[in-house]
Amino acid sequence: MTAIKKIWDNVSGLWSLVVGLKITGKAFMDKQVTLHYPRETVSDSQLEGFRGPLELVGKPKVPASPKCIACMMCVSACPSGCISITKAKAPKPTEAELQAMKEAEERGEKVVKPKAPKEPTKFMYDFSLCSLCGSCVENCAVGAIRFSDNVYFASTDRNAFKMDLLYRLEVKGQRQEQAKAESAPQEPEKSTKEG
Amino acid sequence: MNAFPEGDFYTHHFEKGARENTMILNMGPQHPSTHGVLRVILELDGEYIVRAEPVLGYLHRMHEKMAEVKSWVQFMPNMGRVDYLHPLAWNHAWVGAVEKLAEIEVPERAEYIRVITSELNRISSHLLWWGAYLLDLGAFTPIMYAFDDRERILDLMQKPTGSRLTYSSFRIGGVMNDLDDGFLKDCAELVPYLRSRLPMYKDLVTENVILRKRIEDVGHMDKDMCMRYGATGPLIRGAGVKHDTRIIEPYSVYDKFDWEVPVYKEADAMARYMVRMDEIEQSLRIVEQAVAMIPDGDFMIKKRPKPAWKAPAGEAYFASESARGKVGIHIVSDGSKTPYRVKLRAPGFSNLNVFAECSKGTMLADAVAILGSLDMVIPEIDR
Repeated sequence: MTAIKKIWDNVSGLWSLVVGLKITGKAFMDKQVTLHYPRETVSDSQLEGFRGPLELVGKPKVPASPKCIACMMCVSACPSGCISITKAKAPKPTEAELQAMKEAEERGEKVVKPKAPKEPTKFMYDFSLCSLCGSCVENCAVGAIRFSDNVYFASTDRNAFKMDLLYRLEVKGQRQEQAKAESAPQEPEKSTKEG
Repeated sequence: MNAFPEGDFYTHHFEKGARENTMILNMGPQHPSTHGVLRVILELDGEYIVRAEPVLGYLHRMHEKMAEVKSWVQFMPNMGRVDYLHPLAWNHAWVGAVEKLAEIEVPERAEYIRVITSELNRISSHLLWWGAYLLDLGAFTPIMYAFDDRERILDLMQKPTGSRLTYSSFRIGGVMNDLDDGFLKDCAELVPYLRSRLPMYKDLVTENVILRKRIEDVGHMDKDMCMRYGATGPLIRGAGVKHDTRIIEPYSVYDKFDWEVPVYKEADAMARYMVRMDEIEQSLRIVEQAVAMIPDGDFMIKKRPKPAWKAPAGEAYFASESARGKVGIHIVSDGSKTPYRVKLRAPGFSNLNVFAECSKGTMLADAVAILGSLDMVIPEIDR
């Protein structure tokens, strides 16, 4: 009895080997599912929804200047405190303006002090702290921040992750304008002639 | 006495009870079968384990304390990182607890989205466990097949959740993004595909004679032992108890679907394996039905909580079923911007402690098979 069982065990063991090899052979003949990463990358449609580091959104007409109104909602929403914004200060009144304000005060009129423009002068973002949760994007009142598609961003330098988003937006905006100028070269020429 | 004795506090403490002629061995914190930094101190008599003691805390990240300094909304990303394999169950437990406390009524579409994404996440978690467990047991090929299928789920999940691993896409009062028709269509196509892969898994691994000889009748955890340690999930379902939070304390819209809880009586590593394999099938059933039944409507309540939103004072407890067992979150609020106290109940913690008793008298190689069959995620155990 034990001899029969032993033989049967061997046969069934060999059979599961055959089944396994059959599946492996089938997968071997199938299409390759992996990519050779540095030489090949996934298509853009496969990156849809994946989050890269934050970027600022430019104004529709002036892509180099941010939509941001420096309301600080993103700063208060961020769980890890990776965004720091410096608000723009009110412009210093010139001496003539100061004089005019003084005179207005003496006359008993309402003094109109120059207001601070609603824009950031500094928008620093520390990607090494960011957990890409999206709280800032959701809480932004004007839709001034979004996730970029720069998903391959990597560095060995810690400081490379501390990004000045205003500078990056400016560079991006300039590049866009350049590209525009290159694609439609006739218009700028016209303007120079007229000038 | 040696001024610089070998070992640390845990080994010294463990040594006190040692028998003569036994060896004390550290398994981990860098052992490949512990999937992270779990350390188990073993007392070995030859190749047999006399005693075992898990040492935890190498990945303690004080999530409970962090909750006390972050606002209700800001704690969300933490929930994606407690258990990196099934984060959406933790998401669900957290938003569920806060919604229960604040009595927020969630739109039905949001609940369906939660169920669909959470079940897909459960499948991807089980697939990774399946691959990694077989890797522990010495089979390399299965993890390649598991990752192939898992990648398809991740590709799909990336769009509504924004990430591929540490999802934190649930929000208090709904979810982050709506599911578009493209997602639902892809999802409906993915389900039959994954279902067609299951027979292949069965042929390749489940019915393989090597696996059967390796994990059948290994690591008996009967009903009593599971209950004594508070083990949940596939452990207790593998011991013949029909215990699933989705059935026992139905939350979200789970009671609307037609599905079964897989239960096996054998209580060995094979039973736990079979429970998980069957759960993949059941999750596919839930996803299929949810995609067909999803109603139109909002995916978020009208008045979404702002970052500085204050929850009312009081207490709430909410439990959800993760791939590893029952996730429970108990929150206490004093009515301020941050929680007063948060208790996170990790299923892995209770499940792991069964190991100390269960591994007594087994061979060292079997202990690896038992440890793997628990499906541990160390960050979740240490929290």
